[in-house]
Amino acid sequence: MSTQGDDHTEPLTEAVAAASNSGHCITIAGSGSKLDFPAKPERVCTAGHEGVVDYRPDELVVTARSGSRLRDIESVLEGSGQALPFEPPLFDGRGTLGGAVAAGLSGPGRPWFGSVRDALLGVTIVNGLGQRLTFGGQVLKNVAGYDVSRLMVGAYGTLGLLLDVSLRVRPIPQTTVTLARECVPEVAAALTRGLLHQPLPVTATAYCGGVLRIRLSGSNEGVTHAGQSLDLDLEVEDDAFFQSVRDHAHPFFLDPGRLWMLSLPPGTAFDESDTLAEWAGARVWWRTDAKADAVREQARSAGGYAMPFPALPGEAPAPVAKYMRRVKTAFDPANILNPELLPRAD
Amino acid sequence: MRNPRVIKLLRDRLPADSVVTDTRALTPFETDGLTAIRQKPWVVALPETVEQVRAVLQICRDNAVPVVTRGAGTGLSGGARPLSDGVLLTLTKMNRILELDGEACVARVEPGVPNARITEAAAPLGLYYAPDPSSQIACSIGGNVAENSGGVHCLKYGLTLNNVLGMTVQTLEGDELVLGGKTLDAPGYDLMAAMVGSEGMLGVVTEVVVKLLPEPFAKRVLLAAFDDIRRAGDAVAAIIRGGVIPAGLEMMDALAINAAEDYVNAGYPRDAAAILLCELDGTEAGVRTDVDIVRNILDEAGAVEVRIASDAAEREALWRGRKAAFPAAGRIAPDYYCMDGTIPRRELGRVLAEIGALSERFGLSVANVFHAGDGNLHPLILYDSNRPGEIHKAEEFGSEILKLCVARGGTVTGEHGVGVEKLDAMCAQFTDAELEQFHRLKEAFDPAGLMNPGKAIPTLARCSELGGMHVRGGALPHAELDRF
Repeated sequence: MSTQGDDHTEPLTEAVAAASNSGHCITIAGSGSKLDFPAKPERVCTAGHEGVVDYRPDELVVTARSGSRLRDIESVLEGSGQALPFEPPLFDGRGTLGGAVAAGLSGPGRPWFGSVRDALLGVTIVNGLGQRLTFGGQVLKNVAGYDVSRLMVGAYGTLGLLLDVSLRVRPIPQTTVTLARECVPEVAAALTRGLLHQPLPVTATAYCGGVLRIRLSGSNEGVTHAGQSLDLDLEVEDDAFFQSVRDHAHPFFLDPGRLWMLSLPPGTAFDESDTLAEWAGARVWWRTDAKADAVREQARSAGGYAMPFPALPGEAPAPVAKYMRRVKTAFDPANILNPELLPRAD
Repeated sequence: MRNPRVIKLLRDRLPADSVVTDTRALTPFETDGLTAIRQKPWVVALPETVEQVRAVLQICRDNAVPVVTRGAGTGLSGGARPLSDGVLLTLTKMNRILELDGEACVARVEPGVPNARITEAAAPLGLYYAPDPSSQIACSIGGNVAENSGGVHCLKYGLTLNNVLGMTVQTLEGDELVLGGKTLDAPGYDLMAAMVGSEGMLGVVTEVVVKLLPEPFAKRVLLAAFDDIRRAGDAVAAIIRGGVIPAGLEMMDALAINAAEDYVNAGYPRDAAAILLCELDGTEAGVRTDVDIVRNILDEAGAVEVRIASDAAEREALWRGRKAAFPAAGRIAPDYYCMDGTIPRRELGRVLAEIGALSERFGLSVANVFHAGDGNLHPLILYDSNRPGEIHKAEEFGSEILKLCVARGGTVTGEHGVGVEKLDAMCAQFTDAELEQFHRLKEAFDPAGLMNPGKAIPTLARCSELGGMHVRGGALPHAELDRF
């Protein structure tokens, strides 16, 4: 199955090749849903390079052009009862496939359904030399050559312009319910930790504003039994809460103030106000005016990392950053692709 | 060039029994699981600590000696084949489980820990490590990382890359890279993605953090027999389309079924053209629903018989034949050559028919046993190495199968790696520009080119000597990409 769409493979390849030949820098953007880039250097947009190139529900694989709107891809998949496993934020429908891969953004179900990286099977890119290259493929298992495809996740287009992306998809569960209860942070943390140890069909958790929410997905019978076995005095809600968290449309995300994304070990109890904890405690959104160093230190002492959001590639420890720069050079020797978005040494 | 000074330096820095140079003692190290290829190493180093690993790498760097890293030596593609003038860095002595974190559900382990030992250690916490390659009792987690190992449960639980959260890597230049950790994400490039499956070409993994999962409440195994192999292939697609993701979905053809029956008497239907084994897991209620769905699909797909195993003993009986399939094939022919191509599932029936035609052309039988759920074929080419020329015929047949996999939109290796075995096949799958990109990525980690040289990625010269082998055009547009 494929959908109509404009194939900009040639002009996009030529744009990078021209930059490579002349040595001038370019900024790669999708629809601009996440980052507001400066007008200079020259901008190359994948928006418009759209369409599902190949979709076979039997194979659980979809291949689409990078400028495709995630919402459009999801609606094609929905027709066959399938979805993108990593629940990327759709950003009012503006979010593109290439943007989701480049920024490495996954939604509420990530610990259970996997991340962008887990779903990614293959890519076609244009590297900084203007060469069009294909890595990975449309099969679930593939160990031929280094895993270049997954290196593109979270690389913000600094290693290559994404043209086509192949992803694994998943069946949409028969039933999804959200259970909720009010509780203090200590209780929420203990309950969440307990969930990690039970093979229940949990597919999301969140603690925000004194309310713990647990999402269950699966067969009708499986979800009903799981809900009963939890026996936590939980109330049933619809899916609106987790949809709004996924799309960053929940009021928490709309408040003013600096937003940080903390990646912590699963089960961490991170006790600060103005937080939204999801992924069984493995990701905490924190709105704070605290100094950047203090936020980073607090994340580090909890065993994790803090990144400002919208997230930039971030800071890596010195020896790791050295190899990241060399990887950049391996793909883009003249440093022409999104030069400001390189990972830095902390 | 063998510089005796290197041996002395190694002896200075490592315990006495950790440096092996005696010819007889080197024999066990001359091959990995790809036993057709043998080469004695110059010297084997068996470090016990990270410091000793770093010392070995420093000595190799200072003296420009190539180093091949080895785990348990169960790899099937010759990735750990030693070099006659190189150090074989063997990590089996680094086999401690450093931490079991029941709260975050992770384990931190040294690279030499056997895969199955992680699950054994985590079992008291009700947790397990999901990837289970068939060699799991012996193979090491470091080797699993190097090869991105799979197993029968990948379809639902993923490969090594989906189950490793962090690692510590020593580079030849002496840097220690701490990548990831107990968290799900880390800032910057995903260098871990490059490390997993890199076959020891980029660095030496000295610590691995793996994800542990809660043991499912319930498991069921279904066996379905078909009188036509295409129908069995279609049933696989129908199960996936039906919205069920089995924990495992395996297929065996008639030759494999009968070989397994002769060997372990698993009770498989001998007259079937193919059988499917389907494992479902989850909660009791969830599995009940899935069993009903799969059963209906199998009936509709024309299965002539469906059996359901509920308890552990029955499940074990159904898996017994599949698990014994490789040794069983070893009993019906003096030798077999195990292939590892992956294809899109929809091509299953067609590719099996084409392998059948090749089998007639080469005059060699093939038993097919494979991970049907993820399209990963393991055709076992049966041959007799005592018959002159037959091993070459088997290799030629194997390379035809791999070309076929690429032409049908698949890959030359699903889970066994390239090693030395599939270097030529890589020329069929990648263009020169893509191979050059791989070489530049290696240089980023190992500019001196001393880490496992000559493996995994062929040189352009090698590919051009083979001549126009690019067969990708059979399935994909733009077979010959533009160059700039």
